Amino acid sequence: MTSITFTINGTTKTIDVPPMKRLLDVLREDLHLTGTKEGCGEGECGACAVLLDGELVNSCLVPALQAEGAKLCTIEGVSTEGRLHPIQQCFLEKGGAQCGICTPGMILATQHLLDKYPNPTMEQIQEGLAGNLCRCTGYMRIFEAVQAAATITDPELAGTSR
Amino acid sequence: MSHQSPIIGTSPIRKEGRAKVLGEAQYIDDLSLPGMWFGATVRSAVARGTIRSITFGEEINWDAYCIVRPADIPGENTIVHLTKDHPCLADGMVNHPEEPILLIAHPDKIALLAALKAVHIEYDELPGVFTIEESEAAVENNDAARIIWPGSDAGGTANCFRQYLMYSGTAEETEDGIAAAFEAADFIIEGEYATGAQEQLYIENNGVIAECFRDATGNIESVCVRGSMQCPYYLVHALTLVFNLPEEKCRVIQTETGGAFGGKEDFPSVIGSHAALLAMKCGHPVKITYDRAEDMAATTKRHPSRTRHRTAVSKDGKLLAGTIDFAIDGGAYATLSPVVLSRGTIHAPGPYKWPFIRVRGKAMATNLPPHGAFRGFGAPQSIFGIERHMDKIAKTIGLTPEELRRRNFLTTGDTTATGQLLSDPVDMQHMLTRALNEAGYHEKLARFAESNKGSAIKRGVGFAAFMHGAGFTGSGEARLNSVVYLDALPDGRAQILVSSTEFGQGTQTILCQVGAQALGIAYEDVIFHQPDTKFVPNSGPTVASRTAMIVGKLIERAGKKMLETLRAAGLSEHHSSDEFKACVKSYLAEHGTLRSSVRYEPPTKIFWDDQLYRGDAYPGYAWAVYVAEVAVDLNTYMATVTRFDALQEVGKVIHPVLAKGQIEGGVAQGIGYAIYEKCMWKDGRMMNNQMTNYIMPTSADLPPIHIHFEEVPCIHGPEGAKGIGELPMDGPAPAILNAIENATGIAFNTIPVLPEDIFERLTSLGHPHGGSEDFNLTVDRDTRVEEVTA
Repeated sequence: MTSITFTINGTTKTIDVPPMKRLLDVLREDLHLTGTKEGCGEGECGACAVLLDGELVNSCLVPALQAEGAKLCTIEGVSTEGRLHPIQQCFLEKGGAQCGICTPGMILATQHLLDKYPNPTMEQIQEGLAGNLCRCTGYMRIFEAVQAAATITDPELAGTSR
Repeated sequence: MSHQSPIIGTSPIRKEGRAKVLGEAQYIDDLSLPGMWFGATVRSAVARGTIRSITFGEEINWDAYCIVRPADIPGENTIVHLTKDHPCLADGMVNHPEEPILLIAHPDKIALLAALKAVHIEYDELPGVFTIEESEAAVENNDAARIIWPGSDAGGTANCFRQYLMYSGTAEETEDGIAAAFEAADFIIEGEYATGAQEQLYIENNGVIAECFRDATGNIESVCVRGSMQCPYYLVHALTLVFNLPEEKCRVIQTETGGAFGGKEDFPSVIGSHAALLAMKCGHPVKITYDRAEDMAATTKRHPSRTRHRTAVSKDGKLLAGTIDFAIDGGAYATLSPVVLSRGTIHAPGPYKWPFIRVRGKAMATNLPPHGAFRGFGAPQSIFGIERHMDKIAKTIGLTPEELRRRNFLTTGDTTATGQLLSDPVDMQHMLTRALNEAGYHEKLARFAESNKGSAIKRGVGFAAFMHGAGFTGSGEARLNSVVYLDALPDGRAQILVSSTEFGQGTQTILCQVGAQALGIAYEDVIFHQPDTKFVPNSGPTVASRTAMIVGKLIERAGKKMLETLRAAGLSEHHSSDEFKACVKSYLAEHGTLRSSVRYEPPTKIFWDDQLYRGDAYPGYAWAVYVAEVAVDLNTYMATVTRFDALQEVGKVIHPVLAKGQIEGGVAQGIGYAIYEKCMWKDGRMMNNQMTNYIMPTSADLPPIHIHFEEVPCIHGPEGAKGIGELPMDGPAPAILNAIENATGIAFNTIPVLPEDIFERLTSLGHPHGGSEDFNLTVDRDTRVEEVTA
């Protein structure tokens, strides 16, 4: 067991875990943050995507040890006191979530994309989300949600996930 | 009715959407019960054989584990669908790779892995059959060693789960008509078309948690299974046999379901029974969740198929007669194959007028894991055949694909191949015109013909025209006999109780819209009860594009019935939501409860003959024309879809945003089916059971998908809605392959078409590097054309 300290959704935590335990399992089992999903367990589908120091990572491929000292953001940290983040609101209104299992990862990928390109082109959206598989939507509603979210600038919510 | 503005036709926020975007929705793997153990499955390492011995390695302390063997099953060792050939656990004999043999549970998930490895099974292997052709050959050659399925009293014969013979008239008159037409035809055109297996690839794997309860004397009192599924009552039925318990003692609860597409129609009966057996034996709740590799290797997929067409055509492009032989690979057990075959057989003739047609369908047994339900349910397979074949006929006789179809489309007042009179308006001529215009088809045909010259990128356009029946086939809905409840709640809201499930397609939302509109109250004032068989009635399975049309209609009727009761209790003719609530409250104060219960009533005008396989196959059809635009790169041999237009007539569109999402998602799966997704098999085992090497389309692979609706209300659905769920799976594959033929001149008649397939065809034709040649191939290898000289 190794003691690991990191900041998760704005709160600093120290936990004892096997150093090679998957970050995904640490989140789901030790921290009970089950919004992060497992789809494939091999870094292909992006259902387990979280932000680690602002980078989008597949938490099924990250050993817990690598989170030492990091700032982590999961889907649970995207909204503020029950108020939906504009990205979440746009996914809701545009039909970007169907079965919902890819949605947490997709929303974090969108967050990462919009941090990098506040006004993304369609090509940047397609590339930026290409690591997150969705079997329901055919992505078209998701693209619309991302485009709509890009037009919303809400100073109260800007940067809350970082 | 009330003065409420219409809710059907608008796009309110989906009911469970907020929980999903917050990450708060609870899927089965997010749930845990006190004292819960974890279960795993010991599976067959061979395709077919007898089990000689099972030994348990000494390195494991087996006392700490719970093991379930076939002998532990208190009821019948079967997973029931249509017959009882499918064992819950293999007992002495295995018939496919990954067949469940033993179940193991332990409090620690990690400890299961070592135990699974320590179970050693020896087999005496038997020869297997792995394709439709091998299965047929065993029958033809009377090869007893390769008769892998004996036949059953439920309609099967050796190696064949079911056969259908469908005629456009009486058998004799149709056979005579076919014979005469083939004599008189200007052209006789044959073609063979094949489709591969396809994995549903829901992002949430199969998973359940089961509990078993005993009475004071230790007897099994009841079981309860919750999990990811489409059809809670299918699992109830399976549990009644495995546990020998009455229905009311087998409770099933659907939890949030992360995609299904048919893959969670029949399979939860397997994993649900398994978990319940472990819970019974170990005395704890047991969770089984598959990982991706196990889910892909062991659970159902779309049936591979082969369609053979032989068609008599006049030189002016009239279809005179046809014979279609449609075969699907059912895998090792019958499961749902007879029903998949039925839908595929009925859809095989396409949306065309056939003076005389005969369709033979058969579902063959192979030693693959059983194939099962997947969106479209047999129709995408046979529609691929007919829509490729129509382009073949057009090319052969010198008409455009458009003109050939125009000369043969079914229209209002015609009868289909099953003898169903199309009394509702059908206008495929207009549909085709509009779809081609929306897609810019004619302009592109001309432009690409020019730009392809001298270019290594060959562009093309193609389309497919088709129909898809909504609801269960024939007398199926009458047999289902579905029931819905609508309750008035103490706070004045209404609650829908049905076994119809939400798995992304929008069941909760559209049924609440229908309920709200029927009751004349706000969408927010109608809520949806979790599908839990302790509370909800059996409104049938959530399959077959039936939920919006069939269950929606029942909800509409239940709403009207409730309104009648409340009107009699004083609710005004033009009530507001608040007046409705007040009336409910006073009604409940006086009467205690208010439940509106409605049962399906078969339309009196609908008739179906199961023996002759004739009549009204479906209460309603959706009609569609899909247009694909492709680019084939002769340097990389890669085909990509560059634009897609999908036009459909689906009756009233209940929720435009959800409806578009359904069609776009189905088109994306159809594009995957056509050019990306290939199941690789070796001796019956899937070799690429990972997302790394089974390739579904990503956001970067898909073109803009343009959705267009036509709305012709249908009396069988609420406010005229028909089913749309499966429809979009039917059209993309043939449209794309038609476009690839337009681009390259090469007819591909097997899907998927991967770069290696294009490479193989190009190099075998003497074009090793593609390049600038303009292909003009008149002969393709899968098709034989007879030009009949008078």
